[in-house]
Amino acid sequence: MSRASITKAHQKIQELSWEPTFVEPVDKYPTDYTFEKAPKKDPLKQVLRSYFPMEEEKDNRVFGAMDGAIRGNMFRQVQERWMEWQKLFLSIIPFPEISAARAMPLAINAVPNPEVHNGLAIQMIDEVRHSTIQMNLKRLYMNHYIDPAGFDLTEKGFANCYAGTIGRQFGEGFITGDAITAANVYLTIVAETAFTNVLFVAMPGEAAANGDYLLPTVFHSVQSDESRHISNGYSIILMALADERNRQLLERDLRYAWWNNHAVVDAAIGTFIEYGTKDRRKDRESYAEAWRRWIYDDYYRSYLVPLEKYGLTIPHDLVEESWNRIWNKGYIHEVAQFFATGWFANYWRIDGMDDSDFEWFEFKYPGWYDKYGRWWEKYTELSKKNGHKPIAFEAEANYQYPHRCWTCMVPCLIREDTVMDEVDGQVRTYCSQTCHWTDKVAFRPQYEGRDTPSMGRLGGMREWETLHHGKDLAEIMQDSLGYVRDDGHTLIPQPHLNLDPKEMWTLDEVRGITLNSPNVLLNEMSPEEREAHMAQYKRGGPAGRPAAA
Amino acid sequence: MATEVKERSVPKPAFTDAEAGAKEFPSWQSRSYNYFTPRKRRATVYEDVTVDVQPDPARHLSQGWVYEFANGVGGYPQEWTALKSSNWHQFLDPNEEWEQTIYRNNANVVRQISQNIEHGRTAGVYAAFDPAWVKVLERHVFAWAHAEHGIGLHVYTPAQRDAPTNMINNAMAVGAVHKLRFAQDLILYNLALSEEIDGFDGSIHRQTWQEDPVWQPTREFVEQLTATRDWAEQWFATSVVFEPMLGELFRSGFVMQVAALHGDFVTPTIMGAGESDAAREQRGARVLFRMLTDDAEHGAANQAQLRQWLSTWNAAAENAARTLQPIWSQISEKVVRFEDSLERSKARQQALLADIGLEA
Repeated sequence: MSRASITKAHQKIQELSWEPTFVEPVDKYPTDYTFEKAPKKDPLKQVLRSYFPMEEEKDNRVFGAMDGAIRGNMFRQVQERWMEWQKLFLSIIPFPEISAARAMPLAINAVPNPEVHNGLAIQMIDEVRHSTIQMNLKRLYMNHYIDPAGFDLTEKGFANCYAGTIGRQFGEGFITGDAITAANVYLTIVAETAFTNVLFVAMPGEAAANGDYLLPTVFHSVQSDESRHISNGYSIILMALADERNRQLLERDLRYAWWNNHAVVDAAIGTFIEYGTKDRRKDRESYAEAWRRWIYDDYYRSYLVPLEKYGLTIPHDLVEESWNRIWNKGYIHEVAQFFATGWFANYWRIDGMDDSDFEWFEFKYPGWYDKYGRWWEKYTELSKKNGHKPIAFEAEANYQYPHRCWTCMVPCLIREDTVMDEVDGQVRTYCSQTCHWTDKVAFRPQYEGRDTPSMGRLGGMREWETLHHGKDLAEIMQDSLGYVRDDGHTLIPQPHLNLDPKEMWTLDEVRGITLNSPNVLLNEMSPEEREAHMAQYKRGGPAGRPAAA
Repeated sequence: MATEVKERSVPKPAFTDAEAGAKEFPSWQSRSYNYFTPRKRRATVYEDVTVDVQPDPARHLSQGWVYEFANGVGGYPQEWTALKSSNWHQFLDPNEEWEQTIYRNNANVVRQISQNIEHGRTAGVYAAFDPAWVKVLERHVFAWAHAEHGIGLHVYTPAQRDAPTNMINNAMAVGAVHKLRFAQDLILYNLALSEEIDGFDGSIHRQTWQEDPVWQPTREFVEQLTATRDWAEQWFATSVVFEPMLGELFRSGFVMQVAALHGDFVTPTIMGAGESDAAREQRGARVLFRMLTDDAEHGAANQAQLRQWLSTWNAAAENAARTLQPIWSQISEKVVRFEDSLERSKARQQALLADIGLEA
């Protein structure tokens, strides 16, 4: 279809909407935002007559590449270090995708604009596409990669692993609570516009460098839909900005959404890109460099800052602090170390870092070795099955198991930033002041003196360790999580990549170890003990090193 | 003169031999998703890419939903419908819709429709349409596009947020885009006719839908569907009441029967695409509501609830259908009586109800 006829067709389909006179559509998903009718345009002029054949063609290319990968024996070249992390990543990502589909009626219901409605409805089916095409990619990995364990239980693992729960807020956050907070600010303005850059562009590049060209094939196909979604979100935020009453809510939601996306997405994707790769060329972009380019320059400076001309205060301080956490406070390295510490409760294998990794990290992040190098050497040493416990339970690792952040559910790894407070009758810990604010101030029925009756709440059993507190590790792995291989004995997770059955950890090596929840123990302390404990905790680090008592 | 070639910095491929079967160890052959029981011996691609992607505290979701609405409800509450199931996860979409089927089917439909419209143009058929039929087309046939659009955007789209499993929600999401695509198919056909038929009023459909008395009960019916909170009621009232009693009545009981006799062989092919879409959604509805009426624990209560919905929505649908009757009289060649069309619709609905376990 020519551009002229697309314009004409797009104009024509606007005739389909009408003003109901008998009854208004039910207000299923409340919002505290207010929208007046505004003639905002859909600059991408989305029409289903051209959309479906376009997507079919994109699919044909994806499926052709899949056939080619199998015929070309791609898996003889993929790095196991990389593929193991895909067991986590690909267990998480189909849920955010399908949640984005489910989020579309929240936005449609809130925003009175037919052009935007049309774009949002097309986004809905895009997201069904993304979710199922990603599940299918994972299915191919399971069928053709050397170690299918962890892919085989994928959605179960997503649903009962602490790491899956961290990822799950990047999905549940799209569909629950205030409709605009969830479906516009959190999903589109921040997650899709900012963080899909590192998710769907930077990470596939790293996959290719590790011999996997299917992830780039699928995810670039997905990413090519995102520009339309970004356009949808931008139209809505401009409409919201037209009403002064929304400004306070937008500023609140940008702070929450930015920080939560940073905490969750940078933790995961940063780990995959920095610790899941074997490509240690010094001129390849580090995650910090990619973040600076894709998120700081392309999103913050080119998209977010210009919103200030509409009078919106954007969270400069949080953007700078995110960078500070990544560059100066070692956020990605602390998270990767935590994942490796917790290898015993995962459903993927984690390769240790070696000398070539050390050299690269030191080059990219000067001072890295002094902070993290010795711990990774200890990790490799303790990865061997020779009578000791998993590293998390060995004092010689010199690692204090962290408190968990009540809000973002990533542990409080930058120890000095930890906040402890009694909220809703429970002593909770937070990784940062902003996560504390999110729980205590933002997700409440009043905000800065105004009623916010539609705002959501943080709920659920947010601390994985509390769920399993006091249980034997073997019982957790076998009965609660089911992360055991088909011999009923060998663990799915391993602290190394050696697939020699004699070298693989089993239930026997984790039996007799009790898992405790730092939060339960914290709540059992007297107030004085608690203060002393927290003061010591905050003096700890980097790399989880405990401070002297 | 030779120039020095600087070595490019590119990743170095390495032989890793990380392909299936390269080694034998525990789980080396565990190559199927093992957290659900497939319907047949081996899971279909549809099951693999759909089941459990939306988690459920009743299955594997051990930490529960981590976000809640202001009233404390999170995720996908089963209470968002009055119907109950011993196992919502038992429902599998008989159309097995996933990414590949959605795009193949819909791309084929829009290609076929575009070809049909183009063929009509090259055959010069539009200028030969019976003038009385042109009036019916521009007013009534294109008024119908609004009904399809309204159901796609404000019935199926919100409903797909609400059901307790991914299988149900995906089926309704596909229903939504069928409706939206079909509405656009119709209105873009209207655009083509505006360019082909002298004096064709391409915008009168809006006024007809909004104001013509024959359409007001139908519009009210659609608006009532959009005002319904219960997702299962929305799907039931759409697929089991609206589609046979109003959708099929108008699409195949009228337009597809009479168009050709008025020189129009194009419109029935477009309407047929909508008929086909509706039949797909009905297949899903048939399986879902049969599962619920057969439920060992909740079947009787579900039947009572469905009968109550049926009674309410059918009364409104029959009123809307009878109000459409004058359209049958506005054509020159009267080949089908309204009463015959309505009887056919009722018979179709009865067959559907029998399949669901709601025989009269």
